[in-house]
Amino acid sequence: MATRSTTGVSPAAAKTERLLNLVIALLHTRQPLSRARLRQAVPDYAQGSPEAFERMFERDKDELRALGIPLRTEPIDPFFDDEPGYRIDQREYALPEIDFAPDELAVLGLAARSWSQASLAGPAAQALRKLDAAGLVRDESSVAGIEPLLHTPDPAFEPVRDAVLSRTPISFDYRGGSADLATRAVQPWGLTSWHGRWYLTAHDLDRDAPRVFRLDRVVGTPQRQGRPGGYAVPQDHDAVAMIRRSTGEDPGEPRQVVRLRVRRDSAASLRSRGTVTPAAQEGWDEVELTATSLGRLAREVCAAGPQVQVLEPAELADLVADRLRAVLAAHGGAGD
Amino acid sequence: MGTYESATSRVSRMLTMVPWLLHRQGIDLARAAEELGVSEAQVVDDLQVLFLCGLPGHYPDDLIEASWEDGRVFVGNADTIARPLRLGRDEALALIVALRALAATPGLAEREAIDRTLAKLEAAAGEAGEAADQVRVDLEQPVDADLAARIRAGLTQRRRLHLRYTSASRDETTERDVDPLRVLSVDGRWYLEGWCHRAQDVRLFRLDRIGAADVLDEPATPPEELPERPVGAGVYRPDPQDQAVTLDLAPGSAWVAEQIPAEEVSAREDGSVRMVLRVADPAWLIRLVLREGGGVRVVEPATLVTAVREHATAALSHPAADAPAG
Repeated sequence: MATRSTTGVSPAAAKTERLLNLVIALLHTRQPLSRARLRQAVPDYAQGSPEAFERMFERDKDELRALGIPLRTEPIDPFFDDEPGYRIDQREYALPEIDFAPDELAVLGLAARSWSQASLAGPAAQALRKLDAAGLVRDESSVAGIEPLLHTPDPAFEPVRDAVLSRTPISFDYRGGSADLATRAVQPWGLTSWHGRWYLTAHDLDRDAPRVFRLDRVVGTPQRQGRPGGYAVPQDHDAVAMIRRSTGEDPGEPRQVVRLRVRRDSAASLRSRGTVTPAAQEGWDEVELTATSLGRLAREVCAAGPQVQVLEPAELADLVADRLRAVLAAHGGAGD
Repeated sequence: MGTYESATSRVSRMLTMVPWLLHRQGIDLARAAEELGVSEAQVVDDLQVLFLCGLPGHYPDDLIEASWEDGRVFVGNADTIARPLRLGRDEALALIVALRALAATPGLAEREAIDRTLAKLEAAAGEAGEAADQVRVDLEQPVDADLAARIRAGLTQRRRLHLRYTSASRDETTERDVDPLRVLSVDGRWYLEGWCHRAQDVRLFRLDRIGAADVLDEPATPPEELPERPVGAGVYRPDPQDQAVTLDLAPGSAWVAEQIPAEEVSAREDGSVRMVLRVADPAWLIRLVLREGGGVRVVEPATLVTAVREHATAALSHPAADAPAG
């Protein structure tokens, strides 16, 4: 065994050592320990003055609690509660013993590997180590070859995540749809990744209404504007539905019948969405489909250019013509 | 670890490390470091702090035993901290959110195993997991469950797949024989990466563009040496040999700069963006320009500007009613 020496220990290492000794002392005891007993139990505490110990101990307690360690303050003698004692209850502290089956461990491993950025990849890996401390066998066959990848590339992700989880109001600079920069103040409700982008759904305090924000349009760092837990998130909050409506992908619109004329061997994706019959014209087919959003369908029809013509409804034909004219005008052609 | 670690977060890490090492007595130091996500030097540093710790009194019998002679790690006399601390808020969040995202993709992973795991994890997390309801990842539904199951069968049984695939750039449907390598999700979309025999190269196929998949009797035989394909930046692969194209994006179409890797991107005060990118075959770019209705404007090369104009003019010159085509 290597020699034990405390010479040359850095202040950070000394603090780590002190905190670990404190945790061990508090976990080991059955009865709450008084300050005086703790001062003797942890080597670092005994060395300084009583005032230095008091300050150090207060900070240490706060830091352990911030780690999620359930450090209890209890009266030493239940009949005389003037002297506070401290301890950590083993059952409260410890992760429950859960038996994960081999394929369940593989699933956990997959989930842990999914996060590509450190802000959640680190906690995910640590969580996996805690759950698999016992080092059981993993059976990877149920997840073989599957690699989900969850990105959190936006700098605003961490502060917004913390605000959502702790229910803290925040303010931030935001570049809205018209590209103007404005300061927004909100009560965060939910954080959702949808179609590869992160969205914050929240109660907008200035407009007094729910709003959706894209994290990649937040400029700078969001700032806290109040204490945590000061408001409630509505029970019926459906983040994905809110996001769908705000991005124009609302499934609630009525479906319309659309007829298109499509050149043979083209527009495969439009063909696959409807029924195809040969058209009267040589080399063309007719496609009939239903659409909930004419706006979105117009974009797809435009993309296909001369390969697709709109037969009905006229509203769709107008949308397509307007878009194409705008493209023409932007590229030096006659507007019409 | 290149970043500074505070004493407090080091304590958290070491309280996880001790139970982990206790169950792996004699583990090779290099392997322990790799699985713990730190350097070997860090593990040694941590062990050196550890054996200054122990029960009050700090007599020799009270102290934790830690040794790493001959590169094998042993830890003992640490019963008090032999169990890991409960899951913290971010730890529970990271796993629960990822698992729920996976659970919502039928056919790709064993749904039943994921559900079991989620139930146990939520029980293990307790209160710390409740906040996980506020964060959610919606991974796009890839395909119908039957199709996804066939793709998975090809993967797990290492058999060749016959795919009917509609490519995005040309909007045409082709039949291909593909040896499946992996299924991955990028930017919320699911892709099958496989060795395409038609292209004689590795290809990414978006699952929602696969019309049909048949598992063939032949075994998959992808070449031994395959280039590692990093997908962190998305799925486009620009080549310096390709032609340079300059685009002006209106604020409403600025997302294009976010989705496609470009050589240069400069954002202006009014929210518009100029970008320069490399394009091999402009078919997909012309489709994009037409789709965006003026939001994406080709600045140069002049040949591409002309091509866009011709496509738009041809599309506009069709009558919208039932008249015979010209």
